[in-house]
Amino acid sequence: MSQELLLDLSILVAILPLIGFMLLIFFGKKLPRQGDWLETLLISSALVLSLIILFQKLTTYNDQTLTLNFTWIDFHNVPGIGPLKIVLGIAIDNLAAVMLVVVTLVSALVHVFSIGYMHGDIRYSRYFGFLGFFSFSMLTIILADNLLLLYVGWELVGLSSYLLIGHWYEKKSASDAAMKAFIVNRIGDVGFFVGIMILFSTFHTFGLQSIFEGIKDGVLPYGSEGWLTAAGVLIFCGAIGKSAQFPLHVWLPDAMEGPTPVSALIHAATMVAAGVYLVARTFPLMTADALTIIAYIGAITAFISATTAIAQNDIKKVLAYSTISQLGYMVMGLGVGAYTAGFFHLVTHAAFKAGLFLGSGSVIHAMHHALHHQDDHHTDPQDIRNMGGLRDRMPITFWTFIIFTLAISGVPFTSGFLSKDEILAGALAFNDLTGHAVIPIIGFLAAGLTAFYMFRIAILTFLGEHKDPIRLEHIQESPKVMTLPLVILAGLSIFLFYSFNPFGAADGWLVNALPRPESVVPSSVAAASPEIFEEAVHHAHTPAIMLSLLFAGTGILVAFATYQWKKISADAIAAKFRPLHTFLLKKWYFDEAYNGIIVAGTLAYTRALRWFDDTIIDGIVNGSGTITRVSSFVSGKFDSIVIDGFVNLTAYLSGFGGLVLRKFQTGKVQTYIVFVVFGVMVFYFVFRLR
Amino acid sequence: MESAIQNISEFVAWLPKVQLAHFLLVSALLFSLGIYGIVTRKNAILVLMGVELVLNAANINLIAFSRYGGLNLDGQVAAIFVIILAASEAAVALAIVLNIYHRFQTVNVDEVSNLKE
Repeated sequence: MSQELLLDLSILVAILPLIGFMLLIFFGKKLPRQGDWLETLLISSALVLSLIILFQKLTTYNDQTLTLNFTWIDFHNVPGIGPLKIVLGIAIDNLAAVMLVVVTLVSALVHVFSIGYMHGDIRYSRYFGFLGFFSFSMLTIILADNLLLLYVGWELVGLSSYLLIGHWYEKKSASDAAMKAFIVNRIGDVGFFVGIMILFSTFHTFGLQSIFEGIKDGVLPYGSEGWLTAAGVLIFCGAIGKSAQFPLHVWLPDAMEGPTPVSALIHAATMVAAGVYLVARTFPLMTADALTIIAYIGAITAFISATTAIAQNDIKKVLAYSTISQLGYMVMGLGVGAYTAGFFHLVTHAAFKAGLFLGSGSVIHAMHHALHHQDDHHTDPQDIRNMGGLRDRMPITFWTFIIFTLAISGVPFTSGFLSKDEILAGALAFNDLTGHAVIPIIGFLAAGLTAFYMFRIAILTFLGEHKDPIRLEHIQESPKVMTLPLVILAGLSIFLFYSFNPFGAADGWLVNALPRPESVVPSSVAAASPEIFEEAVHHAHTPAIMLSLLFAGTGILVAFATYQWKKISADAIAAKFRPLHTFLLKKWYFDEAYNGIIVAGTLAYTRALRWFDDTIIDGIVNGSGTITRVSSFVSGKFDSIVIDGFVNLTAYLSGFGGLVLRKFQTGKVQTYIVFVVFGVMVFYFVFRLR
Repeated sequence: MESAIQNISEFVAWLPKVQLAHFLLVSALLFSLGIYGIVTRKNAILVLMGVELVLNAANINLIAFSRYGGLNLDGQVAAIFVIILAASEAAVALAIVLNIYHRFQTVNVDEVSNLKE
């Protein structure tokens, strides 16, 4: 298959869901079954095409980057800059090819799942249309070879996320969550945009490859390495927003107000991974300082959200915090230099996290139906305290959920073990090389916490006794259209798909396909070179496996001891550490702090502006209005009195003159004769006297 | 008898010598009377008679100037023209008056004031 055909196919992959979106938005209601089959069919064909592209890429063009460019705008000679062209285009390297498959695969499975989950929804066709729109936007990000197109896709993804979170916009919490997600993301995007502009103002191009080459040739933004670090960190700001990293992670838990398949697709598997993908794409220009900042942000995020997840009771909230935690892991992995491991974790996480969300969706679906059957509209179908004992009622959901939980906990023979282990080994190696001991410590702690809270929800949901036996009777396994994606994703959570060695992915095809790219930054500010890093990782590998198994095993054991065997009383511990428990339950008070400082500050500021508007601006406007009114009143009076006075006076005078003169016009000839005679006499005397 | 004639001639001699001024005086009197008649009379016929007086006052003037002034016969010719003119004027004016009478059933000039409108 030729390169051109491959590139054309990749464009087709992105365009297909967009076509579906157009058709569904305009004709969705008129299509049979509201067109869900159309969008699902299109995304499935996109999946098939992506698989073909990945296969061709890895077999034929393994080490090449295929690009397709066109000049979008040619500014010719810009004063002060010189010739300026905006070139857009797409690029397919191994990273993009893998990502294409991940996105289309999860998207296709979510489409299938949604057919069951969203059955009978009021905006069914619109929902599928927006799913297609999201897929298109995400694929644009993946294929973009330049920052401008990437930014466009970035914003489109934000928009479709907003639309899908707010799908049930009648619910105030949903519309609020949609707005929150949009606004919080915007904060990160501002940093991203500033980062793009720093690079653009130096290199006069958006093309990533050209920027890398420029830096390699020794050109630095504003001639300083500090600016290069700043550009890297600012671009990472975009990832902080989109990938829900500390301190902008607050939107993701709220985004769970959207339909659960959307949470699986956007807020677990693909969109939030866009930030990680962005860091991976711009990895070569990151300096050592920028990478350290990234690693710390990732570690902090992983720790904060893992601790928060322990205290949550809403199944989707727990999964949301676990997503943030895992994203923190990926970012940390990229930050420490374990590029391949970070991205590998993105891929494996996409599968098992999408599975977890879809599994929780299946549970919520069943709970919802059971509660609906009982006419119970008060019990929260998402609260794990209301669940329990669902194992026998929903066997497929249960077993797949257990596989996903094992994967995310990092138990051997799962995909999660492979990728997480690589990241932790990278973190240990980073410690060896630079001495940042906090990062591996947090990494292992978070691994233990993850195992604990994931088994907590699995046990509370599926094992134990159900509170209400009658309700349990009504709970049924979800339809095949929902369980099939779960089974497929569970299959993909097994190590076999990524590496034949269950204890190390180093020889697997995925890791080999994604070698860490050469850094282009000057060697004085570059992170440890791949060779040195690989060497350190090699040494750290065995301790990492041991430690991660130890932490994960402890977490799982504690979870079973607490919730299954009841050896440890969770309530007693919660009571003993009440302030800490409340602190975790309240999610570290991030929302309160943001509300208190930023939202209240903004509101106070807007109130001040409003006061300014109301008094000063309105005062000026009203003042000028009053002045105009008074002056027009005066000029009106002048018109009506003076001007009209003159006019009326002349009219009155003519009328009065007419009144006087008509007296002489008697109509009697004799009177006229008298006038004539007197007139003649007057003339006579007048002229005689002269 | 002789004395009587003498008395008459004395009387005539006593009278002031007839001069242009006397004629003009008579003419002015006649004119004034004519104007007076025209202005004051209600009857159209009487108004016409006033007009005749005015015309004749002019005639006296013309004759007087032909006798005492330098007009010679020209004055008398003009007077004859005026008489002719007066005759035709009377004919036309009487015809008008007759018509007015037919139309308004009156010859009172005060009531015939349609021109006013």
